[in-house]
Amino acid sequence: MGSIITVENLSKRYVIGHQKQERYTTLRDVISHKIRGIVQRIRHPLSPNREKTILEEFWALDNINLEIKQNDRVGIIGRNGAGKSTLLKILSRITKPTTGRITIKGRVASLLEVGTGFHPELTGRENIFLNGAILGMNRVDIKKSFDEIVAFAEVEKFLDTPVKRYSSGMYVRLAFAVAAHLEPEILIVDEVLAVGDAQFQKKCIGKMNDTSQRDGRTVIFVSHSMTAISALCNKVLIMDKGKLVLDAPTQVAVEQYVNYGNTNQLSAVEWCIDKAPGDDVAKLLKVAVLNGKGVVSGSFERRESIHLQFEYIVLRKSFVPLVAQIQIMNQSGICVFMSIKPHEEKTEYGRCRYRCTCVIPAKLMKEGNFQLDIILTTPMREVHLHKKSVVSFKVNDSVLRAFYFGPIPGIVRPDLIWNTQIVSQGE
Amino acid sequence: MPKSILIIEPHKTMNYFWQELWQYRDLFYFLAWRDILVRYKQTAIGIAWSVLRPVLTMIVFTIVFGKIAKLPSDDIPYPLLVFAAMIPWQFFSNTFSEAGNSLINNTQLISKVYFPRIIIPTTAMVVSLIDFAISLAIFIALMLWYGVMPDIRVCLLPLLLLMAILTSLGAGYIICALNVKYRDFRYVIPFIVQFGLYISPVGFSSSLVLEKWRIIYSLNPMVGVIDGFRWALLGKDIAIYWPGFLISIGISMFLFVFGLIYFNKTEREFADII
Repeated sequence: MGSIITVENLSKRYVIGHQKQERYTTLRDVISHKIRGIVQRIRHPLSPNREKTILEEFWALDNINLEIKQNDRVGIIGRNGAGKSTLLKILSRITKPTTGRITIKGRVASLLEVGTGFHPELTGRENIFLNGAILGMNRVDIKKSFDEIVAFAEVEKFLDTPVKRYSSGMYVRLAFAVAAHLEPEILIVDEVLAVGDAQFQKKCIGKMNDTSQRDGRTVIFVSHSMTAISALCNKVLIMDKGKLVLDAPTQVAVEQYVNYGNTNQLSAVEWCIDKAPGDDVAKLLKVAVLNGKGVVSGSFERRESIHLQFEYIVLRKSFVPLVAQIQIMNQSGICVFMSIKPHEEKTEYGRCRYRCTCVIPAKLMKEGNFQLDIILTTPMREVHLHKKSVVSFKVNDSVLRAFYFGPIPGIVRPDLIWNTQIVSQGE
Repeated sequence: MPKSILIIEPHKTMNYFWQELWQYRDLFYFLAWRDILVRYKQTAIGIAWSVLRPVLTMIVFTIVFGKIAKLPSDDIPYPLLVFAAMIPWQFFSNTFSEAGNSLINNTQLISKVYFPRIIIPTTAMVVSLIDFAISLAIFIALMLWYGVMPDIRVCLLPLLLLMAILTSLGAGYIICALNVKYRDFRYVIPFIVQFGLYISPVGFSSSLVLEKWRIIYSLNPMVGVIDGFRWALLGKDIAIYWPGFLISIGISMFLFVFGLIYFNKTEREFADII
């Protein structure tokens, strides 16, 4: 079967300004800049042109070549900033490439975000039509699958309620339901599944899997979740720094990624305030993995406790406290557990710098490599910061085991309380 | 087997422009429908507002220009003279300011979904058409009240409306594309609307302008549109200054074509800079 998508020498360049802090330009700035430049030239005609030093090029995609065949379910993985989203944006024509050429045979629909174009004032019913049209369905298609969408989202009772009154779960379900009923030849999905609850995610992946197998649909799927990738894809592309590093069957690629590509080897990291991750409400400044003596360490014995310490700054006074959470991910990208800072501790209303320490007790973790994610949200689940794989640490098990040396199943390996009694003497 | 072949390259051609617009006609319909629904859902006095605004403006203009300044009205009741101009002017100012901010207000859509971007400012025009229809209804009531009957020329009203559409869309396309690139253009929009109200013949008849200046005055395309509306709506006593009118038509068309081309040229960068 011939290829349905052909990408040749695709590159994308962004020009980033170093001195300006604003997110957008104003004509006023451009004019004053130009005038300053001219004045400079008149006063110092021989000095080199200043203008050039301010702008720097950044290649988000660097000479990508790939082919995707019909009925392929392709996963794209890579660290943040590897160019995955840029590639999807170009494939879905949102932004244009700087060089190169893409040939796509078939109708493309892309889902880069859940519920794009949902309007809070409109009812569920109205939003289904609107969102469907935004995602590229026509009126007839939407009408045809309307009942199915409603059933899938489980919102029958609230069809005529404005979506601003929906719970966040209902909102996400409705948005997904519309997207799941798209019937293009090629479906492009960015990491959107992360927001729904686990059961619903499964339902969505199942639905995508079904239709792609039944109708020969091609799916391109970006995710950080190796579980989702493994469940859905038959082929995986690994990207790093704008380049395509590997194009291989899922199992090979996921293993390679997990073992080499993905692991962040740092056990402590620190940012200055203007480069720190976060938004204008809260920023993460420092993260470290410490041992019991308070020394930074990347490697632990299973009998040791692990101290995760991070500092963040709250820049704006707010009426709701920020809630800090951590997630520990294992090598397969599975979340081992998450932990939320308990409520009774000092809450973060004010503009302060905070330091949290969270202790993972000894003899809980299984041996292996782990990544730490740090999240700051409000109780209403408004995310101010979600930094994935900030630091990593390794847990070793060098205690001699009696007879068995093979791998031990399970995600954690806690030492539980065992109690054995002799109930009756042997015959 | 897949039917359509899509090629993505750094430079886009205009070849598929119309074909693509046709493909996305449903989206156009739904976005316009959304804007109309939202507009009349959010403001409790939605329709009342669309009635009150032109009526109040008409009353103020009639008092200021007709009663206080005592400007001539060519034997037409002054409220009618003002209202016939208010209809196209309000259509223009609504379309222009809504279209001008439309891309910025739909940042989410633009950075996450593909569709011909031209749909967004164009929907703003469709919403203004509703207000246009409401104003027209009020105008008919006013005419009945004053007992003024339009003649056969009223049949040309659709063409004049088309001219108003071309003018406001042309200007709207340019300003919204500029607004994405340079955010301070959002301050320019209300200024143009304010300023335009005074330099266009809304509160007075354009026959007041000296003969030798009329050609230059007609470089403002809204002069032609407003004169045309008065000519079509107010019956046979109104004369039209043809050279000026033709110039206005030319400028309208030029504005529209230029706006369309400029918009298409910058369109593909919107997602990167918005």
